Amino acid sequence: MEYMKPDEIVELFKKRLNKSTIIDSRIETKTAGLTKSSYNVIWLKINPEDLKNAVKLLSTIHFPHLAIISGNDMGEEIELIYHFSIYYGARFKEISIDLSIHLPKKDLRIPTITDLIPGAQVTEREMKEMMGITVEGLPELPNLFLPKDFAKDTHPFRRDEKGIYPLSKNGNYVGNNIIRKEEVKKIE
Amino acid sequence: MSKETYSIPIGPVHPSLKEPVTFNFEIYGEHIENVNLAPGDNHRGIEFMGMQRNLIQIIYLAERICGICSASHPFAFCRAVENAAGIEIPERAQYIRVIIAELERIHSHILWAGVAAHELGFDSVLYLSWRAREEVLDLLEYLTGNRINYGIFMVGGVRRDISEEQIPRIRKTLGYYKDIYSKIEDIFLNDPTIALRTKNVGVLTKEDALNFCAVGPTARASGVKKDIRQDQPYSAYADLEVKAITPDVLTGVVNGDVYDRIIVRLLELVQSIQIIEQCLENMPAGEIIAEKKLVKLLNQLKKAKGEGIGRHEAPRGECIHYVKLNESEFPEVWKARAPTYNNLMSWVPMLLGQQIADIPIVIASIDPCIACMDRVTILNKDNGQKKVLTKKDLHELSVQKTRRITP
Repeated sequence: MEYMKPDEIVELFKKRLNKSTIIDSRIETKTAGLTKSSYNVIWLKINPEDLKNAVKLLSTIHFPHLAIISGNDMGEEIELIYHFSIYYGARFKEISIDLSIHLPKKDLRIPTITDLIPGAQVTEREMKEMMGITVEGLPELPNLFLPKDFAKDTHPFRRDEKGIYPLSKNGNYVGNNIIRKEEVKKIE
Repeated sequence: MSKETYSIPIGPVHPSLKEPVTFNFEIYGEHIENVNLAPGDNHRGIEFMGMQRNLIQIIYLAERICGICSASHPFAFCRAVENAAGIEIPERAQYIRVIIAELERIHSHILWAGVAAHELGFDSVLYLSWRAREEVLDLLEYLTGNRINYGIFMVGGVRRDISEEQIPRIRKTLGYYKDIYSKIEDIFLNDPTIALRTKNVGVLTKEDALNFCAVGPTARASGVKKDIRQDQPYSAYADLEVKAITPDVLTGVVNGDVYDRIIVRLLELVQSIQIIEQCLENMPAGEIIAEKKLVKLLNQLKKAKGEGIGRHEAPRGECIHYVKLNESEFPEVWKARAPTYNNLMSWVPMLLGQQIADIPIVIASIDPCIACMDRVTILNKDNGQKKVLTKKDLHELSVQKTRRITP
């Protein structure tokens, strides 16, 4: 089996997808142990429309293992990061690939990748419930993480009005939820 | 004649579970026709809690995600923070981390072996194996101060050193496991009853393991050579020859059944002992933590900006944490993923076509904790008759099957 180098993988992505697709790319090299052996992590920021093409392209290199999708509410938009890894099965060869997409709050839709990686269902459903993302192509299934009778338009990982009530510590607001103190008082 | 199926809900909560699960089975006669999973009954919102705490407080929160993996989550979390903030860990700390993580693997796999034997109705083995597990728990208490929730991990290193005087005690415990290993192997691999109950039961093909993103011994028993200690070595694993163990090492074939999962876990016991011995031999001298003063460390982390992932091969599979720091006291994002999260979906192909009496061992074959047979109701849809099967009844069914098929 031939293994591509991390910069070759980034080049392949730039070549095979539209030029505007790759917004940002970064390769990290980390070392470990007395021998200072190194491994690589690739961070790619891509256009949300090309998510599926990117995953398809990744599958042509090696069948990717999807660990999880992590979400971050950044105010105006929501960032989703797909944590993949490829080339597992051989010593020192595995490369982590983190595909990041930024979705505007007005249009929170992603296509499902369960047709390519069936195991993605659990984590896609988590993002649907916790972040309020519409996953197109995923069947309507009951809540997996939240209680069955949980409010439909409340999503615990959101930091805006759709999020949950912020926690307070000694009367002071803590955390980086963007609801202001005055608004908290109003709710109280 | 129409095919009449019964629905059996199993679960949802058992106190020993880290991820409580409800199973809804569609049963035709004795055979499972369909399975629906409904986890999330005990979602504690740990990630949300973590995002209201500083990074050192989160280590202790991460430790309490799971009682058995209490070294795995802080290990992965500390690596994520170190990657995000660009902190280098001293080599000696890397070795101590690996020793603790491997001791945890020994106790977790022996615990699992006991649970598996119990589910088959082999209770004497449960008591014997859990007695054997006490030795490593005592050793962990001796090294860290606690049997579980060791509190040894810190961003940038570890909190306690392993001194020269402590090494003979570690070697003594390793010697004990080497002595009893042949007995454990004999019980699990050569016993005809265990072979009858586990061979060709709960089969997960290699294709399904890849498609459903299975991790850990579950994936390896299906022939997927996936082990982060081998694929992307971190800490001291980079200096050690760690190989992903698949069942064909011993038997020459990969079936992906419960028996293969037993083989993988038993061989990993031997592997863990070898890793610890190598670590003890090669452990370099030096510092054990990058920054000793916690206040200074917290200030450094407060100014850090960046994102990182931390991965660790926990006893049950890959543990992955993602942390994003944004020049604030609290992390902007903390995402933790336990291995069972990924192994959830692989239960479905394993359970389809199996018998009710095989449910306990198939479910336990992924993960020792999951024995959530609190209460089972068999409901006849036609006449509305209800029959409640408790965990005891289900266990009894399993024991009866063992007796029935034993020659």
